[in-house]
Amino acid sequence: MDIQTLTFLIVGATFAIYIGIAIWSRAGSTHDFYVASGGVNPVANGMATAADWMSAASFISMAGLISFMGYDGAVYLMGWTGGYVLLALCLAPYLRKFGKFTVPAFIGDRYYSNTARTVAVICAVFVSFTYVAGQMRGVGVVFSRFLEVDITTGVIIGMAIVFFYAVLGGMKGITYTQVAQYCVLICAYLVPAIFISIMMTGHVIPQIGFGAELSDGSGTYLLDKLDGLSTELGFAEYTSGTKSTIDVFFITAALMVGTAGLPHVIVRFFTVPKVRDARKSAGWALLFIALLYTTAPAIATFARVNMIDTINGPDAQGTAYEEAPSWITNWESTGLIAWEDKNGDGKMFYSGDARNEMKIDRDIMVLANPEIADLPAWVIALVAAGGIAAALSTSAGLLLVISTSISHDLLKRNLMPNISDKQELRYARIASAVAICIAGYLGINPPGFVAQVVAFAFGLAASSFFPAIILGIFSKKMNKEGAIAGMISGITFTAAYIIYFKFINPAANTPENWWFGISPEGIGTLGMLLNFAVAIVVARFTSEAPKAVQEMVADIRFPKGAGEASAH
Amino acid sequence: MSFESEQHADDYWKENLRLMLSLLAIWFAVSFGCGILFADALNGIRLGGFKLGFWFAQQGSIYVFLVLIAVYVHKMNKLDKKYNVHEDHEEPDEFEEALEEEFGQ
Repeated sequence: MDIQTLTFLIVGATFAIYIGIAIWSRAGSTHDFYVASGGVNPVANGMATAADWMSAASFISMAGLISFMGYDGAVYLMGWTGGYVLLALCLAPYLRKFGKFTVPAFIGDRYYSNTARTVAVICAVFVSFTYVAGQMRGVGVVFSRFLEVDITTGVIIGMAIVFFYAVLGGMKGITYTQVAQYCVLICAYLVPAIFISIMMTGHVIPQIGFGAELSDGSGTYLLDKLDGLSTELGFAEYTSGTKSTIDVFFITAALMVGTAGLPHVIVRFFTVPKVRDARKSAGWALLFIALLYTTAPAIATFARVNMIDTINGPDAQGTAYEEAPSWITNWESTGLIAWEDKNGDGKMFYSGDARNEMKIDRDIMVLANPEIADLPAWVIALVAAGGIAAALSTSAGLLLVISTSISHDLLKRNLMPNISDKQELRYARIASAVAICIAGYLGINPPGFVAQVVAFAFGLAASSFFPAIILGIFSKKMNKEGAIAGMISGITFTAAYIIYFKFINPAANTPENWWFGISPEGIGTLGMLLNFAVAIVVARFTSEAPKAVQEMVADIRFPKGAGEASAH
Repeated sequence: MSFESEQHADDYWKENLRLMLSLLAIWFAVSFGCGILFADALNGIRLGGFKLGFWFAQQGSIYVFLVLIAVYVHKMNKLDKKYNVHEDHEEPDEFEEALEEEFGQ
């Protein structure tokens, strides 16, 4: 069977599974819809959290980014896993004991203020929308390459599937579908990695393989060979990278803290039955995530060596274009690979200096990797299904955050307090349907800055939500004046720095002009510190939180008596 | 108040904070320390084909994160039991009460 048919079969089979689960787990109440009745097993919840977390960006783009960035790619690896330690130790158990559906609900109740609640709703919706548009785009790219439909049709098919199970099943449908999606995406990620690891180093485990000797009998370590190749071709040494230490430090911190402040991640810990399970669940989530995140740098290394070897040929002089492997011509048609014969010798050559003749998009590395390594057709089809699973699972989780923020925090708690549970559920479904249409529109007509904004969403989450939540738990006296002033100054500072360097004056976006050498990607860390400082100072000069609130804070600090997450 | 006394509540919270802060210190030392600030120095040491700083940044720190959460879950469960604020306590209690009512021991 050819790749095309196999891809249709495998992707079609996974879709059938997702829809079957959605029908089986329909939501009957807002309680089902928002937090899956708080009855999800911590292992299943860990898997669902992992699928929710690992987006099209993690699955499709991350290994590619690392393979071009070398050591610097560690900012993503540590940043997007280290945040779970903060979640497990500082946030998840307390928020679970607090027992509400959403992050804006915590902010609103803890700071006894509807203004704070509304600020939180706006931040949550903004962060989630920028994210979801990128996911829909990911679905489109996978469809267009592997199923040869155009990107618009691809996005519409993706929207239809997500619509079906998110609107029908809410959190319950999403959680169980995500468990299935996790299984699909992790298999799709590991199978090619294991194959390639065996081929290149003889080790079954890729995490060991990429630090081992090459199996060609030369006795050279794979990473040493790559360091050598990189410097020869005019790139920075692979294991050293090019970013300054302070920038790596700040970007990693912004991504870690941002992870712990993202509403669609935090809400997962409201779905387990007990505080104990919330702690455990964060551990399981990280385990499932780590499986992919420790494999990614291995894939990055394998892919980089393979790519350089196939393009530049065994003699490192270039390969004739007529003899180019089929993956190059396949991806050329999508515009993600381009070759320009500068010296007119009819050979392709890839390097980091003036000799370079290739333009290679980072996003193709994971998807093209099985083709580059010449793996069987079913592996390539599996990778396509995995990419779609990653994009769908994350979109669904984000759409739920948008719809609950609007139907619950905005309508029920602020604007229309008298609606019944049934009506609220209907509004939640309408809100997610509208959100899917907007996300689909953004996926088909992406504003040029979507990709950049996704990275900045972390900085914004880090500088707004994280300090407000931490202070809300660990300082009984923190009051609404402090929290609101902190959130507003943190997010304004961060957004202003980013907007200045990315949109107003992009020409100045160089290390010499950055404050303390911190790039816009890492500025969220400084914004977070500012938020903490402003909040603490303002709180000192205004009256402390009311007695009832202080007692509530005392009550969330120990597990006993945690009921199910509830609306009121 | 579910604690036996104010004193108990304070002790529980202090022990919790001490555990949390010591685990966070390790978290910081491994990721920001070994993986970033001292990565260049550690790169002089090799672990098979890996330079040590590079390994911490791309592999080691993630494994340590996992261990940290596991230790935290384990220790907190013990701490909850010690101060009698764990959750399982409630259902068996009710269950026993129901049994007593039913069979009148």
